[in-house]
Amino acid sequence: MIKMREICVSFRSERQEKLFGVSRDQILFDVSLDLEQGSCLGILGESGSGKSTLGRVICGLLKPDSGSYQLDGTEVYASRAGKKLLQNRLSVVFQDYTTSANPRFRIRDVLAEGIRVWERKSKEKIDRTAECRRLMELVGLNETYLDRFPHELSGGQLQRVCIARAVACRPELILFDEAISSLDAHTQVQIMDLLRELKEKLNLTYVFITHDLTSVTYLCDQVMFLYHGRVTEHIPVNQIAQTKNPYARKLLESVIEFA
Amino acid sequence: MERRFLQNKTAMVTVAIVLLTALAGIFAPVLAPHDPYEADIMNKFAGFSAQYPLGTDNLGRCILSRMIYGIRPTLGLAVLTMLGTIGLGALMGLLAGYFRGIPEEVIMRTVDVMLSFPSQIMVFAVVALLGINVQNVILANVFIKWAWYARMIRTGVMQYRDRNFVQFSRCVGMPERFILVRHLVPSIAADLAVLASLDVGWAIINISTLSFLGLGVQAPTPEWGAMLNEAKNVLTSNPTQMIVPGVAIVILVSAFNLMGDALRDVLDPKEVDR
Repeated sequence: MIKMREICVSFRSERQEKLFGVSRDQILFDVSLDLEQGSCLGILGESGSGKSTLGRVICGLLKPDSGSYQLDGTEVYASRAGKKLLQNRLSVVFQDYTTSANPRFRIRDVLAEGIRVWERKSKEKIDRTAECRRLMELVGLNETYLDRFPHELSGGQLQRVCIARAVACRPELILFDEAISSLDAHTQVQIMDLLRELKEKLNLTYVFITHDLTSVTYLCDQVMFLYHGRVTEHIPVNQIAQTKNPYARKLLESVIEFA
Repeated sequence: MERRFLQNKTAMVTVAIVLLTALAGIFAPVLAPHDPYEADIMNKFAGFSAQYPLGTDNLGRCILSRMIYGIRPTLGLAVLTMLGTIGLGALMGLLAGYFRGIPEEVIMRTVDVMLSFPSQIMVFAVVALLGINVQNVILANVFIKWAWYARMIRTGVMQYRDRNFVQFSRCVGMPERFILVRHLVPSIAADLAVLASLDVGWAIINISTLSFLGLGVQAPTPEWGAMLNEAKNVLTSNPTQMIVPGVAIVILVSAFNLMGDALRDVLDPKEVDR
């Protein structure tokens, strides 16, 4: 479904040697990845390894300096049509749920935005109240929450709303950018179970960006390690114990020690 | 929001004061007991009485009637000034914050230049250049004030345009119009309403100041600042003449300032009810 080849991204450096210098810091080096329909890819890496930057490239917000990013054979960043295709098929859940929903919207309006995307795609009118109820039920929330404001919900509930909004667009691919890292362990498990269930129900493809190895092993079937902007390893999740990557080993050992 | 508004005493009282004042100005011919231009020279500097509830001025004109008619230029011009300022400022700020790049540079450097002049002097300069006239006073006020709004709105747009909820809209391909109208404008509108209501007070004082200095509304048109100017001439012999227009300006400006404060609470959904 997704085919990325040799993606490079760099930003203009904050500190320039010369007054009008144009030196750039490279964040991603030749990142390549393949993603099959219906699979779940975990992207692991420590802070500053370029995970979120890669996430921004995947969801179409950041044009890479070089490399090709194809979605079913269409180059995404080459044309408006490619961008449109990506927007129609992708949805995203962010790490920071406090800013993920407009604080002036009621939950109903937050979900309505996702429903509107689906309406635009399918060109048919949808009964929004019924759809909102269905979505709330899907993520296991009481429909009385629909008239609340985002700050009147707990973190876990709000993150569920964000997932419901992402699902409301009826995407084929959902990108989770550290979407569960900021929740407590119990809520994490609940949400991961929910995601697994949704994945089967709606036949979704997931890309999971995280620094948390346990959640990857719980949910994903492939894992990709990113270290200083380079892909160091890309393996199926059941072979994770045999990884040679030093960072992965370190992560793995810390988990085992902890358990 | 309506509920929070109804529960906020300050908001209710100040909005009531402003609305009543505006209504009094609109229905001035009905409410005023006398013609504001009719001089009764035999009764000049009269005290409070049944015939002249707030007394008469140096030409024996009814002060109450002049106060009521004076709402029109005082409040009307102030509101007109603010509409012009916000319109121009919001347009420039949105352009600068949303499109970035060259338009932003051009607009913001102009704003910097505008802000580097002392505002009161600029008003005098503009009025002096264009001639003493009410339209020119408004033009001058808009001309010096829009830069504040442009800067504030640009900051607001930049603050919100990278929030996750805007990023989400971008990702799933919502049209730019939706992002602007549903996400950015409401987020900024609260700050804008607060600043605007505070600045209506500023505009009232500014117009009154210019009228007081003889650069704004001209005699014999009743205007609160101009009335103060006339009262100033008899400050030692009839000090009570200053009281009515002075107190009226203080009350109205305070009402606008407090309203700005209360609006901030009302428009913020996170503000908890106490």
